[in-house]
Amino acid sequence: MSKLKVENLDLYYGDFKALKDINIEVSEKEITAFIGPSGCGKSTLLKSLNRMNDLVEGCKITGTVTLDGEDIYKSMDINLLRKRVGMVFQKPNPFPMSIYDNIAFGPRTHGIRNKGKLDDIIEKSLRDAAIWDEVKDRLKKSALGLSGGQQQRLCIARALAVEPEVLLMDEPTSALDPISTSKIEDLAVKLKDDYTIIMVTHNMQQAARISDRTAFFLLGEVVEYNDTETLFSMPSDKRTEDYITGRFG
Amino acid sequence: MNNYKEKLMQFVFFIAAGTSVLAVALICIFLFANGLPAIGKIGVFEFLLGQKWKPSNNIYGIFPMILGSIYVTAGAIMIGVPIGIFTSVFMAKYCPKVIYPFLKSAIELLAGIPSVVYGFFGLMVFVPLIREIFHVRGTTMLAACVLLAIMILPTIIGVSESAIRTVPKEYYEGALALGATHERSIFRVVLPAAKSGIMAGVVLGIGRAVGETMAVIMVAGNQPRMPQGLLKGVRTMTANIVIEMGYAAQLHREALIATGVVLFIFILIINLSVSALNRRFENGSN
Repeated sequence: MSKLKVENLDLYYGDFKALKDINIEVSEKEITAFIGPSGCGKSTLLKSLNRMNDLVEGCKITGTVTLDGEDIYKSMDINLLRKRVGMVFQKPNPFPMSIYDNIAFGPRTHGIRNKGKLDDIIEKSLRDAAIWDEVKDRLKKSALGLSGGQQQRLCIARALAVEPEVLLMDEPTSALDPISTSKIEDLAVKLKDDYTIIMVTHNMQQAARISDRTAFFLLGEVVEYNDTETLFSMPSDKRTEDYITGRFG
Repeated sequence: MNNYKEKLMQFVFFIAAGTSVLAVALICIFLFANGLPAIGKIGVFEFLLGQKWKPSNNIYGIFPMILGSIYVTAGAIMIGVPIGIFTSVFMAKYCPKVIYPFLKSAIELLAGIPSVVYGFFGLMVFVPLIREIFHVRGTTMLAACVLLAIMILPTIIGVSESAIRTVPKEYYEGALALGATHERSIFRVVLPAAKSGIMAGVVLGIGRAVGETMAVIMVAGNQPRMPQGLLKGVRTMTANIVIEMGYAAQLHREALIATGVVLFIFILIINLSVSALNRRFENGSN
């Protein structure tokens, strides 16, 4: 059964139609990759899935997005939605506070005050994000002192700490060096056991390496959505083939 | 020829830049040269900690005025800081676009009103109001605190608002994405990130409150005695100087200048802490 389902979604920024009739189903505990050239709407769609687009002035959405069958734009509480659908941003954005407080922010937001319980959540989240060993001795130090790759894994840990069901990753490795990138990729594959992951990426090799299903976006439309293997080995659309063979974009 | 012109302009700029430095230096020299001997004559402790100011009996203790300045400023800060910070949060994060220009220009106008006009306003509005409510003489420390609180608002609001605006929006979005509400994201993530900038605004406000003279004189009562409560009169250091300078001579006059020295040192400490805070703020945001 599909975890997230997007049906007939149109999205406008003012008069500009940024997304046209999007239909996508995302399965549970898989990695779904969104690929396509810059400005094709893949990040825009990602931000519609936890309603971060609500912050953009003049943004209007028609169509439906359902999480476990429930329409996220109608009945669902927006803060609860964002707890269930976590997000990792393109640029690592740890808060300017200690590593501990960064991770604790989410659980505290959702009412967890007990110190022992918080400690457990923090250790578990940091372990799950494969950064525990690097930071366990400096939990009270500022998160801004970490390297870019560590900061991004910290942000993943921060997202995991509220126990989301879906994790949205918006080009999480585009600001990182190759070694940090491969760490994040390994991490994503590991997290797939427990979470549904949707990842926007500029990097086709990355999509091919780690994702189960891939959607190819062009000019606000989903050109093709299929098993990653099928999409990369025998694309059914000429435009997809041109893109993945590097003829444009 | 060109070279000569450039040298000349460089010299002109140098003179211009030197003017303010020279002014500060001259003020320092004047103050300390005229004030320090008086402190020496009166005695440092007698002067700073003496509780009586009776120029006719040659008793010059400015402790009441130091306390007066501190109390009035503290009161103004207690009233003005929460209002100022909440206003700046509103302006940076909540204000509808339609209202913003009006609010912004209202606050700028508030900053431009001459202090004697503030004083007049306080005298005509707060003083009678306090007299009505508490049945005391209206010219009180309370009146001075409330009036000063209003006067420091523009400073605090302006500096805090820009501090809040310089916080990267990624922090705010990151908090929202964890399921935090608009309020929680602002008060738990954005405001702490703007902390040192806001502190700088508060300290600047303190500087303005300590140095304010005219408005305070008009509403504070100005009795040169130890402060006795919010509903009694109080005299600040600035008021002390202005009120008596007109007729003071010899040691009395020097003692007033020495009061200026103490005031100057207060302001110096405040300015140093502002620049320390600004430095920390710049480092923090990198």
